[in-house]
Amino acid sequence: MPLSRADVEHIANLARLHLTEEEKERYREQLSNILDHISKLQELDTSNVQPMSSVVVEQARLRQDEPGPAMPRQDLLSDAPDVADDQFRVPPVLGGPP
Amino acid sequence: MSDLPKQPEGLVYLTVTQALKGLRAGDFSSRELTAAYLKRIEEHNPRLNAYLYVAGESAMKAATKADKQRAKGRKTKSKLPLLLGLPLAVKDVLTVAGMPATAGSRILEGFVPTYNATAVQRLLDGGVVILGKTNTDEFAMGSSTENSAYGVARNPWDEERVPGGSSGGSAAAVAAGLAPVALGTDTGGSVRQPAALCGLTGLKTTYGRVSRYGLIAFGSSLDTVGVLARTAQDAATILGVMAGFDPRDATTLESAAPKIKLSGKFELKGLKIGVPKEYFIEGLQPEVEQAVRAGIAQLATLGAKISEISLPHTEYALPVYYIIAPAEASANLARFDGVRYGLRVPEDKLFDMFTHTRGQGFGPEVKRRVMIGTYALSAGYYDAYYGQAQKVRTLIRGDFERAFEQVDLIAAPATPNSAFRIGAHSGNPLDMYLEDVFTLPANLAGVPGLALPAGFDSQGLPLSLQLIGPHFSEERLLQVAHAYQQITDWHTVTSSAAMDAQQ
Repeated sequence: MPLSRADVEHIANLARLHLTEEEKERYREQLSNILDHISKLQELDTSNVQPMSSVVVEQARLRQDEPGPAMPRQDLLSDAPDVADDQFRVPPVLGGPP
Repeated sequence: MSDLPKQPEGLVYLTVTQALKGLRAGDFSSRELTAAYLKRIEEHNPRLNAYLYVAGESAMKAATKADKQRAKGRKTKSKLPLLLGLPLAVKDVLTVAGMPATAGSRILEGFVPTYNATAVQRLLDGGVVILGKTNTDEFAMGSSTENSAYGVARNPWDEERVPGGSSGGSAAAVAAGLAPVALGTDTGGSVRQPAALCGLTGLKTTYGRVSRYGLIAFGSSLDTVGVLARTAQDAATILGVMAGFDPRDATTLESAAPKIKLSGKFELKGLKIGVPKEYFIEGLQPEVEQAVRAGIAQLATLGAKISEISLPHTEYALPVYYIIAPAEASANLARFDGVRYGLRVPEDKLFDMFTHTRGQGFGPEVKRRVMIGTYALSAGYYDAYYGQAQKVRTLIRGDFERAFEQVDLIAAPATPNSAFRIGAHSGNPLDMYLEDVFTLPANLAGVPGLALPAGFDSQGLPLSLQLIGPHFSEERLLQVAHAYQQITDWHTVTSSAAMDAQQ
């Protein structure tokens, strides 16, 4: 099932990926081929099969929700591209630059 | 050093067992051993690109500390950490406090984590000296290291060929004598395939055996931490130190800490080994099949009973994997947004900052997989792709459960071919995916697997035999591999002569 250019743009938008025009065309073709290959799964009848999300789901257990020491704030801020007043700084969510 | 093998390179091709013995006996110090590796790294890494970061100064500091601790321990007769002074390389998807962690990606350029992965912390507590961080396909997505944003690593057996991937830097480092042992990670074959292509023993652990805390996540239901070593004995030694329950990873099990004692006189009498017919497919390099069949025959001479078995859903493992792994990756990689760490491409609006940072920070394979995963999870396609893949995954796990009712272990090829040329699969992403066709099923089922050296092809490239066992059967896997390595010497052949011939 070949993807359209609009499909690729939709997926890239959901994935928050900026693509160049050349990338859109290349990924349209490559993703179509990959989806074509994985559509092989449709030939199996799985109507009586339970889905599997994890190999250890049977053993999964809960722990007590106890507060513990957190990582030092300065350590976590030390890797950030832009920091102000002990917080991560980002561009405006709405509108243009101030 | 009388019982150590003679070798022109001195210390760098020692096994972990030999190195620890030499350190304990005082034949050499950790400083001498560490310096020998650093010198060899300096000499060969510019070509091999096995390491992305070399921790020269901190490694020598750690080695000095280890030597002092050993000297003091000798005087006071106190118990010393098992791996005290042993150098080790770490794949650059595991965090080591104070060393850069790139995951082979531009988007993490400049990121220096402030904490250790649990596996790393346990090894440090065990006394290891970390030599540096090894090259990997970006976010461990690939089978050749060609997807690394920092250039391909080269296979020391033939530098025009890939070392495999994604733990290709770790494999190249150990194979070339740039480390005695290295950590890798295996999501679809990323320890076993490079081990196979570089002539090493590579252990993929049971899901839940080793903590994933501090592992930069790719496919969280598939990711495992493993070891690339010269021998099964070495892999067992490292596994014993790093495995076990970790409150920081809810998928590790209380029972996960293994006590592994390998016996040299292990008998395989009564051991049932199954050979899955679906793993001997068209396209399998004939020399790989010959080596695998010969390896299985060797195990039979030790008393193992061999029978053919069927894993009927094997052909669906690749499509299942290429839905589930990208789906999980698309969720895991959402955290790379230019806010908290790594690259930020400046833009006036937040949304554009996200899309440009990710568009420029991720390489082509990562973008492909993030998009496949996003598509498979998106409204209208979820049931047909992700839902169906989860159900077929149940069928694949069922294949293994039924097989392990009949046999104790499975023996099969690890890879369809020996090391391929750099660029050989660059045209079509699907060609590269086929490299992992024999390793993916173990990740989907969560069972352990091991690749071990089983010969060489006509071009002098290493060939490999894969053993797969039931959940938490690492001891059995390693014991059988150890027995095999007592009667074969493929694992003792180093790439040293091949490297010299290429100079």
